[in-house]
Amino acid sequence: MLYMARWKVWTIILVCLVGLLYAVPSLLPRERPAWLPGWVPYQQVTLGLDLQGGSHLLLEVDVEAVVRERLTNLVDSIRSAMRAQRIQVTGLATEGANAVTFRIREPNEIEQARQAVRELDPAAQITVSADGTFRVELNQQELIEQRRRAVAQSIEIVRRRIDETGTKEATIVAQGQDRILVQLPGVRDPERIKDLLGKTAKLTFHLLDTSNSVADAMAGRVPPGSMLLPADKEVEPGGQPRMYLVQRRVRVSGDRLADAQPGTNPQTGEWIVNFRFDTVGGRQFADVTRENVGKPLAIVLDGRVISAPVIREPILAGSGQISGGFTAAAAQDLAVLLRAGALPAPLRVIEERTVGPDLGSDSIESGAIACMIAYGLIAVLMIVGYGLFGLVANLALILNVAFTLAIMAAIGATLTLPGIAGIVLGLAMAVDANVLIYERMREETRNGRSPFPAVDQAFQRAYITILDSNLTTLIASVILYALGSGPVRGFGVTLSIGIICSMFTSVTVTRVVIASWLQWRRPKALPI
Amino acid sequence: MRPIRILSKVPHLDFFRFHKLCFALSALLVVISIVSLAVRGLNFGVDFAGGILIEVRTAGPADLGQMRSTLNALDLGDVALQEFGGPRDVLIRVERQAGGEAAEMQAVQRIREALGPSLEYRRVEVVGPKVGGELVEDGVLAIVLSLAGILAYMAFRFGWRAGLSGVLAILHDCLTTIGLFSVTGLQFDLNTVAAVVTIAGFSINDTVVIDDRIRENSRKYKAMDFRELINRSVNETMSRTIITNGLVLLAAIALLAFGGPVLFNFSLALLWGVIVGTYSTVYVAAPLEWYLSARGRKLHAEAVPDKST
Repeated sequence: MLYMARWKVWTIILVCLVGLLYAVPSLLPRERPAWLPGWVPYQQVTLGLDLQGGSHLLLEVDVEAVVRERLTNLVDSIRSAMRAQRIQVTGLATEGANAVTFRIREPNEIEQARQAVRELDPAAQITVSADGTFRVELNQQELIEQRRRAVAQSIEIVRRRIDETGTKEATIVAQGQDRILVQLPGVRDPERIKDLLGKTAKLTFHLLDTSNSVADAMAGRVPPGSMLLPADKEVEPGGQPRMYLVQRRVRVSGDRLADAQPGTNPQTGEWIVNFRFDTVGGRQFADVTRENVGKPLAIVLDGRVISAPVIREPILAGSGQISGGFTAAAAQDLAVLLRAGALPAPLRVIEERTVGPDLGSDSIESGAIACMIAYGLIAVLMIVGYGLFGLVANLALILNVAFTLAIMAAIGATLTLPGIAGIVLGLAMAVDANVLIYERMREETRNGRSPFPAVDQAFQRAYITILDSNLTTLIASVILYALGSGPVRGFGVTLSIGIICSMFTSVTVTRVVIASWLQWRRPKALPI
Repeated sequence: MRPIRILSKVPHLDFFRFHKLCFALSALLVVISIVSLAVRGLNFGVDFAGGILIEVRTAGPADLGQMRSTLNALDLGDVALQEFGGPRDVLIRVERQAGGEAAEMQAVQRIREALGPSLEYRRVEVVGPKVGGELVEDGVLAIVLSLAGILAYMAFRFGWRAGLSGVLAILHDCLTTIGLFSVTGLQFDLNTVAAVVTIAGFSINDTVVIDDRIRENSRKYKAMDFRELINRSVNETMSRTIITNGLVLLAAIALLAFGGPVLFNFSLALLWGVIVGTYSTVYVAAPLEWYLSARGRKLHAEAVPDKST
């Protein structure tokens, strides 16, 4: 029916006003203007990084590194356990991605060895073949859980590191199984953040292995229980980094740190990092320094020896300092990394998209101009083609854009540059609904119907077509939103919302306006 | 002012008159597209191929030659420079680096160092090989799934013949659009995928309007020959087809002319799509539907002999 109950008409008018009210803030500056009364909502459309400028980084967590590290640790602990029980072991090594193998010579020691391994890793699957070859396979379920934990932990550490740099409004979310999406609005040059995220920042304190020679180890004879590590800065006369032979055993680990701050050495003026351990770490640090006065203690960061100072006296207060020829920036960064904690696994940046703020505002400008010109052209042609009714359609189009913006602001959807293109196309879709209705009116009039039934029929008949055609386009645009990445997604959002809104603005609103006009003027013929 | 009418009365054109010629033309376009895709391939943008894209703005007019030699000295493989939108804006594309993601990030840093701090970095995009591959998969999946979704909806609303001919017509539109990018060597990126899906949506829109009219008319004129029924429906909706597609065309031209260089390829794909989509609805989808139904009826008649004889 063409006529609508009065309350329905008022509801429609109310919905239109609320829609406009919610759309207005998005067209105003970011700061809430002082003249705006307090009851007006001030929720703006979130602009994508391509419009407001900023940096988008996609990180991949190297979860396999966690498994590799666990396997290496298992090899080490099996070696010391067997040594403690005086069991002869040969060929102890990792095998494939998730197993350790070794062989026991004495058949009567097999049971004892199995018991020892079982105690080290109760969840592991142990198979022993007839010749005494052990195969210890890590539990799959546990590995999956460990990978998941590594990603969750990484997100936490990434957040802390980025917070430490003072970056505002960063978004950090998991994506897929082993990825982290970082969005940094307003960041022009993400190099420093990429640098910070690229470091694992695993800090450990080890004693040097002074009973064996570095030269022997470099020739390939690294004693078990020790490892050969390069220095971070120190170089040999030949230009290669200096090598250190370091005991594998970790005396104190960086996750025991309570605080780290950059500072300068009052005597030399050199940049250093002051650190303080928590209670447990402080006790461990006190123990190792008390028992090893006069010996060098290596400070190892991510597999490189930063420095290996000689312990002059026991350090009982639980705090100390790291010096390693730092620049001011390097000391600052190291302190940030130590405060935020070590990543459980290395991170890699696999995608970066950075847009400068000027390009962003240029894009908004050209998008807005394209929108207005497209609207202007459509509006003029609609008036030329349909006269007064064309004007009604133009009003519906403005409402359509306003509703699209209002809904996006309300649900927190992001407007991107392709999203602006989506709005322009949404306009074309919305105007198609009006064209269908008006063409139908002409047809019905041509078939001899008088104005009221012609308009009534036109709305009823055209509605089916509009619904069908909008639904098919909606299917395509929703799929774009669901599957698309980045810019494509933004396009899908605005187009979908635009199409849904057009069902209200181009059909319902137009019908109310035209029906009211008919009742008021009671024309003999439709002006179309 | 009296409104101006595009068509003052319903036209009586026979859209089947040239259907063989149109089928041949469309087949030719599709074949050219496929051959070009097979031989020339697509000029994948950084999104899909992986690599580095940097847009810089210089203080004065950019000296492309000098920038080129500075960048070539870095030995990063294939480096392409291009003026982008204005004489001060330069788009730099660097091919995928052999050493994976870490090498790409390093290359960006070296480019920034080599070009110096006097430039304004308007845009930096680095896509690792892994991400690029996934984006290709996602893009193909998006196109295939939206076609499947549309087919399902059309089949549900108008029967499988209408659905199939509609989808064949949009397949034709999508293929020739991708073919256009292959033949011209224009860059094919994520935005272009969005354009292709949009084209599919618009083209099917036209088809739906005509199919709706066919459904309505088939109830009205029960005895009418199917071919005449389709023809009549296309003619009756002709005025709407011209107006709406004309308006969409204008919107696409506005985007092309004023949407800025970033949206240029997207708008171009759209413009082509509107034209080819309108053509395919009227000259491919509609005759195809008749063709499918005529063939179907004939096959059905052969399979089930008339019992009365």
